[in-house]
Amino acid sequence: MSELRPFLFELGVEEIPHWMLQPAMADIERLFRDVCQTNQIDPGELNLDATPRRLVLRCSGLPVRQADREELVMGPPKSAGQGAAMGFAKKNGVAPEALLTEVTPKGEYFAVRHQIQGRELRDILAEALPVLISKIPWPKAMYWTGKGGQTFIRPIRWMVALFGDNIVEFEFAGVKAGALSRGHRRMGSDEIAFDHANYEERLEKNGVILSAGKRRKRIQDGIKKLLRGKGLTLIADDSLLNDIVYLTEYPTPILGNFDAKFLDLPQEVLSTVMRHHQRYFTLKSADGKMAPHFIAIMNMKADKKGYVVKGNERVLEARFNDGRFFWEVDRQRSLASRVPDLAKVTYQTKLNSNYAQKANGIREGAVRLASKLGYNESDITRAALLCKVDLTTELVKEMTELQGVMGGLYAQADGEPETVWKPIYEHYLPQSMDDAIPASLGGKILSIADKLDTLEGCFGIGLIPSGSKDPLGLRRAAQGVVKTMVEGNLRVPLRQSVTAGMQANALLYPPAAGEPNRETQLWEFFLDRIRSYFREVRGFAYDEVNAALAGQWENLPDVLDRLFALKLVRQTENFEPLAGSFKRIGNILKQAGAVGGTVNPSLLETGPELDLSNEMERVLAQVAEHRKREDYIQALTAIATLRPAVDAFFDKVLVNAPDAAVRANRLALLGRLFNEVSSIADFSEIVVSSTSE
Amino acid sequence: MDSYQETIFKLKRFWAKHGCVIQEPYDIEVGAGTMCPETFLRVLGPKPYSVAYVQPSRRPADGRYGENPNRLYKHSQLQVILKPAPANVMDLYLESLEAIGIRLDQHDLKFEEDNWESPTLGAWGIGWQVMLDGLEITQFTYFQQCGGVDLDLVPAELTYGLERLVAFLQDRKSVYDIEWVQGVTYRDVRFLDEQQFSVYNFEKADVGMLWKLFELHEAEAQRLIDEFRTLEAGPEKSRFPLLSAYDHVLNCSHSFNLLDARGAISVTERVGVIARVRKLAVGVATSWVDQQALLAAGEVAA
Repeated sequence: MSELRPFLFELGVEEIPHWMLQPAMADIERLFRDVCQTNQIDPGELNLDATPRRLVLRCSGLPVRQADREELVMGPPKSAGQGAAMGFAKKNGVAPEALLTEVTPKGEYFAVRHQIQGRELRDILAEALPVLISKIPWPKAMYWTGKGGQTFIRPIRWMVALFGDNIVEFEFAGVKAGALSRGHRRMGSDEIAFDHANYEERLEKNGVILSAGKRRKRIQDGIKKLLRGKGLTLIADDSLLNDIVYLTEYPTPILGNFDAKFLDLPQEVLSTVMRHHQRYFTLKSADGKMAPHFIAIMNMKADKKGYVVKGNERVLEARFNDGRFFWEVDRQRSLASRVPDLAKVTYQTKLNSNYAQKANGIREGAVRLASKLGYNESDITRAALLCKVDLTTELVKEMTELQGVMGGLYAQADGEPETVWKPIYEHYLPQSMDDAIPASLGGKILSIADKLDTLEGCFGIGLIPSGSKDPLGLRRAAQGVVKTMVEGNLRVPLRQSVTAGMQANALLYPPAAGEPNRETQLWEFFLDRIRSYFREVRGFAYDEVNAALAGQWENLPDVLDRLFALKLVRQTENFEPLAGSFKRIGNILKQAGAVGGTVNPSLLETGPELDLSNEMERVLAQVAEHRKREDYIQALTAIATLRPAVDAFFDKVLVNAPDAAVRANRLALLGRLFNEVSSIADFSEIVVSSTSE
Repeated sequence: MDSYQETIFKLKRFWAKHGCVIQEPYDIEVGAGTMCPETFLRVLGPKPYSVAYVQPSRRPADGRYGENPNRLYKHSQLQVILKPAPANVMDLYLESLEAIGIRLDQHDLKFEEDNWESPTLGAWGIGWQVMLDGLEITQFTYFQQCGGVDLDLVPAELTYGLERLVAFLQDRKSVYDIEWVQGVTYRDVRFLDEQQFSVYNFEKADVGMLWKLFELHEAEAQRLIDEFRTLEAGPEKSRFPLLSAYDHVLNCSHSFNLLDARGAISVTERVGVIARVRKLAVGVATSWVDQQALLAAGEVAA
């Protein structure tokens, strides 16, 4: 075993966008492990770190040399004769008498055994690192050394590659790897000498906290200290905290104030300005209301003169003033009076449509849903009419993330009833799989109608997401519909809604001859989203999801009920064996090409066959009762009691009876059982685990 | 405390010291300093070039009649192009801030991702907005493409928003209160521009006339581009007035901005009109690259 030495690789880059750093660390680790595997090196313990200006990989110990190894090269068969042996020996640089004979199942072969000396790791790394750098995948790379030059996320300005005390010598994009690191842009040196033991300490002296965990803790502790005894509570925002951890090398929180007169602006506006535009944390007072203070995070040690606090306060005040100006100007005209302006706002260039048309599409869908869910039709019509109008307001032009929310607030200010303004306010929800769905029924309806309209429009002109690309957010839209329907317990038939929507859409955008069926495409797209929702968000096993979706269902909450029942009942002892039998039944029916038929009781043989029929009728009657109450747990539990009868049947009865009438009758019996049960969930989709028996 | 004009002098002197040609503003209306031929055309081709200039940038839709403390129809950018970008360009930028009196140990500075793209110019780049104590003071871009052409040398473009920056330095809540020079405020110098151009742009501009102007400039630019393309390599092609063609493109672009501010461009038209300007900009850019190659070949031969 070769001696182990620590290895440190630091890639010094101009400020990398914060949201790319964590994925980049994972990519570097993966690529480095690949290098080690290819070269048969044990990487030992790996550590990855990142700040905006550096990506760092450290190994606690890599061998100085690769282990020596042997390689067996097979040659021609011995039967090929001496000439072939000579040629093979020459090609491999050995004397013919040094050739070995290898015995294989196919006969005897000439062979050569090469002793391969392990290479110096320094050489391996010097070759592998430039390739590794060029392989890191970035969302949008640039070139900077000139056309045709290397690309990376931002220009690389320095590199450190230290193996033990030696530099691993290589070059990338004109930068040579060296031994010196650089500190913080304003608080550190540009030439930091260090060794493996004091690397982090030396960086910290130069204004860089390497560990994201330490930066996070410094922010959290700093905030606690700032707030002590002030009666203020932080409104936690983990995603903001994470952004700031990767936006800074030496984060320090500061507490700033703003004039309490701004508190009469909508909190949504204040919060958007602070959190989204300025990356400030917001605070609440003891009474639970927003406090006229904020926490900003500097990328430096201390604000000794208070200039940073003051600067941030002034920026915030200017932004709030803008917000107030827009809020006041916008309210000079009611939303309703702005409706005609919607025709001037482009919705989709390729659809050649504007938001007046979009609002109409939403209205049609929303009314269909409202009628099924008992929501007041004129309220939902008005909400649909007004829901996109805030796109014409100055505030939303300025803060696009407040679309919908501002529409709701303006509608409220105009005196629209809650059954109208609340749906508008909520209709962009959920914005992600982690986001809440609309709380109000009207919000749910409007949200679904909006997203369905988007999907129908885009699928109608062939704008279908492919691969990982989804510029129009169609996957998110479909996921939003699924999530809202399931979690909002909306028992409306999704398939029917899609059909109705696509029919209305086809009137606007008639399909071309020979184009694929849009409705089928959209429905398959939905099925994919539904599967992924139940599996990834709700954690059901893929076979459970397949089984439930293969049943006869209309609405998604009902699918959820079945999934819960399946998950529960599959753990009981009879279930999986029964599922195994159903798979067998499915195959038998498929092979026989059986299509139903009624069971003729007089043809049933006494014994297991008649027993199964009797059991089945008894159980199916129970199941029908349970299903009336949508009690799938009881239904599946009842079905599971069929196991002994099914087992006995397969033990003793030959389905493929010589008598055609008996055979057909047996297939009809199985067919009835299979179809009745499959309408709840297709048991044959269940993958029976070998350990459950 | 430095006056507005003193800060501009200092920035110009700083960049002059670092090898920039100091230019005066271009004399055709543009929406941003990037559109000036000193940037748009000079970044093309293999010749190094560094330049700095203040460019009044006119964005008709941003006008607020002089009533909004932070929003202007015509704001001023200090535009710096370093082609190719030196490896220490970030350090140079930080030094330029110190040159105008910003002590970097007393202020917070962050570089936040902000890529730039101009559909009308067929141009894009990668970069940051520079945040000083929470205020965006500079746009920093490494150009990648201009006029749809990949750039031979990658330039760094630094665009300082002068009004904002000076309001910060002078601790003013409104840009109109900036001291232009002792005894003269920004309001004294610029208020009437803001007010009158807002009135014109939003209320008075004759839409029919603007469309006519747009079409005249478009036709002239296209005529020149077409003629250039028919020419064989030779003296006539080398001296062909592509710069004049580009002036007409800028005029088109400004007419478009005025029409837009006037609300005269419908949804369906908008994308199409942008594409028309883009076609001209790309036409001039690709022709310019050809002409530069021709000139370079001539120099080698001579």
